[in-house]
Amino acid sequence: MRALVWHGKEDIRCDTVTDPEIEQPRDAIVKVTSCAICGSDLHLFHNFIPAMLPGDVMGHEMMGEVVEVGSEARGKLKKGDRVVVPFTIICGECDQCKRGNFSVCQTTNRKKYLADKVFGHATAGLFGYTHLTGGYPGGQAEYLRVPFADATHIKVPDGIPDEQVLFLGDIFPTGWQAAVQCDIQPTDTVAIWGCGPVGQMAIRSAILLGAKQVVAIDHLPERLEMAEAGGAITINFDEESVVERLNELTGGEGPEKCIDAIGMEAHVSPSMPDTVYDRTKQMLGAESDRPHVLREMIYVCRPAGVISIPGVYGGLVDKIPMGQLMNKGLTIRTGQTHVNRWTDDLLRRIEEGQIDPSFVITHTVSLDEGPEMYKVFRDKQDSCIKVVLKP
Amino acid sequence: MAYYISNIARSKGDPKVLRSGPSSLGGADRMAKALGWFSIGLGIAELVAPERFTRALGMEGKEALVRTYGIRELGHGIVSLSPDKHIGLWSRVAGDGLDIATLMTAMRHDNPKRDNVKFALAAVLGVTLLDIIGAQGVTARHSRPRGRPRSYRDRTGFPQGVQAARGAAKDFQVPPDMRAAPTLAAVSDRAPQERARPH
Repeated sequence: MRALVWHGKEDIRCDTVTDPEIEQPRDAIVKVTSCAICGSDLHLFHNFIPAMLPGDVMGHEMMGEVVEVGSEARGKLKKGDRVVVPFTIICGECDQCKRGNFSVCQTTNRKKYLADKVFGHATAGLFGYTHLTGGYPGGQAEYLRVPFADATHIKVPDGIPDEQVLFLGDIFPTGWQAAVQCDIQPTDTVAIWGCGPVGQMAIRSAILLGAKQVVAIDHLPERLEMAEAGGAITINFDEESVVERLNELTGGEGPEKCIDAIGMEAHVSPSMPDTVYDRTKQMLGAESDRPHVLREMIYVCRPAGVISIPGVYGGLVDKIPMGQLMNKGLTIRTGQTHVNRWTDDLLRRIEEGQIDPSFVITHTVSLDEGPEMYKVFRDKQDSCIKVVLKP
Repeated sequence: MAYYISNIARSKGDPKVLRSGPSSLGGADRMAKALGWFSIGLGIAELVAPERFTRALGMEGKEALVRTYGIRELGHGIVSLSPDKHIGLWSRVAGDGLDIATLMTAMRHDNPKRDNVKFALAAVLGVTLLDIIGAQGVTARHSRPRGRPRSYRDRTGFPQGVQAARGAAKDFQVPPDMRAAPTLAAVSDRAPQERARPH
């Protein structure tokens, strides 16, 4: 089959690889009909997150049709089922899964020994996301083996196009969880840094959850325009001070809820000296992540407010203002998304027409064009916001 | 090739590469990579054995300068190998200018190693040409074209409109583990002694 394969920094290739095979009785094989390039794939593209190996298949946002089912998954899945595959692999049986903390499933990371060493305790296995999370091959491919498939799937009905349900596997529940863990009240201002795909989903989620005002921060005109279309007030950080504008919009009090939809690769600009400092340290290997957004959120957030972090961080950050964080009594909520905790509800909202997540798709191409689209997406060329691949 | 070794980390049913296809790396990217590694090699050599350079060029006594240039080369190399490779390559072009200016000072007639300096100058000029081609290539390949971006004005994501979407998920119950501090109303409703408990 064909698959997008990581060969090294900025080197993704569309390779011919062997077909995946059922290994365990709970496995299933899915013929991928649609998959997407996620913003967090770019961290792997840049090799900022350790433990990728040449030959790893990329991709953690995918859906398709079940074509083979292991003996123990047969009760829950059958050939021909149409499924979205969540990026977190879950057993559904461990203590964390029973609590709904699916992204920290205790069972599915098959390289637990490695993750225990690096993270202290292992988190769930993830598709196409380094050997720290199991080294499972991803879904930017024609076929995907889904481990623990009896639990790791979201069945979707026929009749809804792939484009409307594909993002149930990652960015939609990620934006939703980012907003949910802010516990949005009708009086709240929610500020969202980053108008990439997750930021766009967080904006729509905050609107649905009834925020008084949603403020979106970015500097790319097309992304700000999409944010505005979704009901947000926008701030272009190239043109105005984020802190001043947020204070102005909140009567000088600051937003109650702040969402970091950027993560480890904050935009670098001489007008934000800390970003140049972070980039320099990152190049020298003295810091893995660029936490400009975290610093700004902690500074501007209203005391006793909530900071929600769906953006991916990979390792060590520097110069985090703990004094501001502690004295202001801020709450930080973060984590990979507990995808299956939200998807029944979100699927219903799609079916009812409350939201159509396909609005974010700007490019649809074949798998062969995937390597070039990594570059286009990374360089934000051709107004690219979200790429869907058709294997 | 490396993937044959890394297959050790994969299980039996995992896909393995049979044949490699087109890459996201363009020609300019590969050139940047090669020039980046060249910078690192040269930088290490200048740092470790500066006297070899000064002796060959008749510039004895300038070892500290060569070491400084070695550190500079390492910087160029690191940036050229990073995603900001255009900065790395343009900085190499600037560095080439500095190298040429320094070599010109050794072109004096009383320098017995003048021929070596000529050869070094020719080499630096050649590399400068490559650096300029590489820098222009990666800049063109990775920059965002000027002009109006596409319009996404109609991409609301809400089939029933933004106004109808505001608060449409009011029925959603935030799980207890994701609740924030109580709302103002919730605190105000309690008896005063419950509201303010001294530490």
